[in-house]
Amino acid sequence: MHNVWIIARREFQHYFVSPLAYAVGIFLYLVLGIVFAGNILNGMLTGQISPDARDVLGTMVYLLLFTTPFLTMRLIAEEAGSGTLELLMTAPLRDWQLVLGKWLGAMGFLVLLLALSWLYPIVLHRMTSPGIDQGLLVSAYLGVLLMTGAIVAIGVMISSVFRNSLAAGFTTLAVIVGLWVIGLLATGLGGTSEVVRTLSFVGHLDSAFQGVIDLADVVYYLSMTVFGLFVASHLVESRRWR
Amino acid sequence: MIRTVGLTKYYGVHLAIRGLTFEAAPREVLGFLGPNGAGKTTTMRILAGFMPPSEGRAEVAGYDVVEESLEVRRRVGYLPETVPLYPDLSVVEYLTYMGSLRRVADLEKRIEDVLAEVGLLERAESYIGNLSKGLRQRVGLAQALLHQPQVLILDEPTIGLDPAQIIEVRHLLQELGRERTVLLSTHILSEAQQLCDRVLIINHGAIVAEDTPANLQAQLAGAEQLVVRLGAHDGSLLEALGRLPGVARVQAVGSDELRVETRPGHDVRARLARTIVERGVDLLELRPAGVDLEAIFLQLTQDAAPTGEGA
Repeated sequence: MHNVWIIARREFQHYFVSPLAYAVGIFLYLVLGIVFAGNILNGMLTGQISPDARDVLGTMVYLLLFTTPFLTMRLIAEEAGSGTLELLMTAPLRDWQLVLGKWLGAMGFLVLLLALSWLYPIVLHRMTSPGIDQGLLVSAYLGVLLMTGAIVAIGVMISSVFRNSLAAGFTTLAVIVGLWVIGLLATGLGGTSEVVRTLSFVGHLDSAFQGVIDLADVVYYLSMTVFGLFVASHLVESRRWR
Repeated sequence: MIRTVGLTKYYGVHLAIRGLTFEAAPREVLGFLGPNGAGKTTTMRILAGFMPPSEGRAEVAGYDVVEESLEVRRRVGYLPETVPLYPDLSVVEYLTYMGSLRRVADLEKRIEDVLAEVGLLERAESYIGNLSKGLRQRVGLAQALLHQPQVLILDEPTIGLDPAQIIEVRHLLQELGRERTVLLSTHILSEAQQLCDRVLIINHGAIVAEDTPANLQAQLAGAEQLVVRLGAHDGSLLEALGRLPGVARVQAVGSDELRVETRPGHDVRARLARTIVERGVDLLELRPAGVDLEAIFLQLTQDAAPTGEGA
């Protein structure tokens, strides 16, 4: 795990010198802030502030779907494009360690972004009585965390295919949006809707947002994560054979 | 220290190297010479553990590059042709990152030593993105040396440097060659002549010659070349000189210089001078041309029949 940690630390630190990471962070919190302030204002006007943080978290989910690809796009594609991948692949480092390290580094940054959003529920908790349901909040955050892990793994996987970061970013976005649209389609389909819902990226958050941790949802996100990392490792390895 | 047997690499159907068999002894500087696309980089990448060969096998420091790739990578310092650097890191941060991955003991001290070795101590805190090409090359070398590898594989280490930087890097490579095996690729022949104990000439993915620079020169010693500088003359002089007994070939180099290749065992200088003067042409200079590695290289790489292209 030593090598995984070294790679993860380097990736995590890189986000703090990346203008794109700052841009994503600012965009994320600008939109979240507007949604949160809107909810509070609406509550004040109606005289009833809802003790429910899911509006903010729900917005966070959609923002993550659209912005995470731009945080993961450079993870391996940039190394391949600049030649530093050759350096890493001739270091005493296994390909899966490189992939796992990249995933962990990106997850570290996203967990930080998620952790900062906890500020909204704290504020909401103080503004309402008897406050918000902490159990529901924790299960919703856990769901979002699991979904983020799967998005990042898909991002790492697609980044391992390309030498150009932007190409990796937009392809990841297309795949993530595709998995989201499947969920929307599920509502319009009849008998097959359950099958389609199983593939839906966002649909698996429903239980978590109701305060229930469903094992099937956990397995879905973990499977997506493991699948993404497994394929990414093999894609990195395949570069040795090209 | 390095041993390859029948090393072959295909990229799809494209044959990059075919059947390379060679060895490099401990503390030997082996020059890998060849034109662009000859297969030098492919061979070096295989030896550095970056990619496996399609056929054949290679051992570095006693370890198989495919079966024991991690062991090989621990013992090899590799500098690819495009120096792989992170511009957002300082020199020290970069070396700390690479040293951590290689688990270098007493890393801080080792970084200081290696920076002193490549002459970069004063730029230790500089961001790599702000360094000149020559300094970046030295950072790349520092990275390759950091873990004190038994084998150094350097792909065109002086490419793109200015003359002063080239001299500095060559001095450094001479020092390094005293302590470890160095495999050095270059297409600068004087560099190979100056630095290498032995050179291996590769063309179209195959070895076309392998010997010490001195022995390779001796191979062509029989066929001497003469340099002749002349005043104004016409084309008929070349024909006349070409017909002289003992002359193998006459080639014009510019308007006032000829290269005359003689057959082994023939001294044609007197006949050559007489013929020139009798035709009323001023003879300004007549001297033997030293047979250098460049001549050997050109002859070997032009003679070898292309059966595939290298990478």
